[in-house]
Amino acid sequence: MLYAILCYHDEDFVGSWSKDQDEAVMKKLAVVQEGLAKQGRLGPVARLLPTTAAATLRKEDPPLVLDGPYAETKEQLLGFYIVDCKNLDEALDVARDLGSANPGGAYEVRPVGVFRPGGNLK
Amino acid sequence: MSEADTAWIETALTSARPQAVGALLRYFRDLDTAEEAFQNACLRALKTWPQNGPPRDPAAWLIMVGRNVAIDEVRRTRKQQPLPEDDQAISDLDDAEGAIAERLDGSHYRDDILRLMFICCHPGLPATQQIALALRIVCGLTVKQIARAFLVSDAAMEQRITRAKAKVAEAGTPFETPGAIERSERLAVVAAMIYLIFNEGYSASGDTAAIRKPLCEEAIRLARLLLRLFQSEPEIMGLTALILLQHARSASRFAADGSLILLDDQDRSLWNGTMIAEGLALIDKAIRHRRSGPYQIQAAIAALHARASTPEETDWAQIDLLYGALEVVQPSPVVTLNRAVAVSKVRGPQAALDLIEPLAPKLANYFHFYGVRGAFLMQLGRNDEARVAFDRAIALANTSAEAAHIRVHLDRLIRDSQPKGANGGARQDAKVKAPR
Repeated sequence: MLYAILCYHDEDFVGSWSKDQDEAVMKKLAVVQEGLAKQGRLGPVARLLPTTAAATLRKEDPPLVLDGPYAETKEQLLGFYIVDCKNLDEALDVARDLGSANPGGAYEVRPVGVFRPGGNLK
Repeated sequence: MSEADTAWIETALTSARPQAVGALLRYFRDLDTAEEAFQNACLRALKTWPQNGPPRDPAAWLIMVGRNVAIDEVRRTRKQQPLPEDDQAISDLDDAEGAIAERLDGSHYRDDILRLMFICCHPGLPATQQIALALRIVCGLTVKQIARAFLVSDAAMEQRITRAKAKVAEAGTPFETPGAIERSERLAVVAAMIYLIFNEGYSASGDTAAIRKPLCEEAIRLARLLLRLFQSEPEIMGLTALILLQHARSASRFAADGSLILLDDQDRSLWNGTMIAEGLALIDKAIRHRRSGPYQIQAAIAALHARASTPEETDWAQIDLLYGALEVVQPSPVVTLNRAVAVSKVRGPQAALDLIEPLAPKLANYFHFYGVRGAFLMQLGRNDEARVAFDRAIALANTSAEAAHIRVHLDRLIRDSQPKGANGGARQDAKVKAPR
């Protein structure tokens, strides 16, 4: 079963990390990712730009474009992983491993219904 | 507690600071009291967070604790200081956290942060004091850090900030919720202050660039914060894009010996692609609003440079047009001078020279004017006149990097005017002002 692991964190906090702190976190995350990749369980990984760079299209008639993310929340969606796991427990284990890389925030673990890795992105 | 833990907690405190100090300021109506309350809350955080883990909402925790500590303080000293009536003081910090989120009125926080930034921009304060004050009370930099970035002594900076605070206190702080017009006026003032902070860091020379880089980083942090509070303001998008696109080039702006490297000569592989992507995304969003402004136009110019993977690919015709638009909304001889550089690329050095000739009286003491004029004259083969212009530029240079950059041109001129085979490149002795 494929799981999406959605990373939520306080954007102001993440934006205040020093370059060293940021690099240290990325390094720790890379270790977890490599482990998953070696087992052939790692799908796409994305770190998103700040929510200030986001726009939201509301499906009205005609569709309305708004600035900013879809939801005003205390913690923002900052990135995601697609990982192959046997069950929820295993997916939570992956989230726990990722979580040890940096303090605070939360991971939403969501089973994936449809997955098309193809497209033509390099 | 490990050092790493402390570092993370300090980062959390820094990022919560604008919201927390802003709320405490609204509550106590006095900047010193608000800052002291925040400091006390931070001390408690450093004590309790390592044991209990950080709270879900650090800003709310700090506001609550800061309030309570200050209120306890008042009770202890039995000062009958009237406090707002909506206070439900609880001194038991451990179980306070759960209830905090509901108890705090979240609707205020945008104006709280804007107000905190805005009081730093008191029109009676010189720009450097505004910047220093903002770095101290909004960003939470220490006096030592700010002094270092400004290349002055700690004592001098301490004095500067104290004076600025006194002026702000004297002026009084506007606490009523601003109306729409007032809010947008405040936004414009705060945006200008953020751009000043950025420029203070950006206009460093090679030997001070590293020391002053934090100013650029703080400015970016403030701009993103302001944009997060006011998501649909195209000029704030423009400002954020502009400073991101400029800062993206920081790794390529200075040579190892500290000399300035011009845009055309920069190693573009050193530009920060993620920052450029964010800047371009913001410009894209801003343009959709069809409400142009100086920050957006300048960001659009920076974007055209960022999009060119080689100097030859730069769309100078478009840059010329954008500077033309900037001349309309924000006319200044410096804008025209910048436009002339684009004109020289599109229509040649003579057209560019014609454009800047009328600026001479206004820019008589401006280093860049003579540097640019010299370059145009050189392109036209008028080497003697070019040399005069370059000499003038060196005399007016503010930093050693600026002077050194002009010397390269001069050396080239001298070399070109030597008969072939002779050793060119003899250094001209020109008077150089000591760097600031």
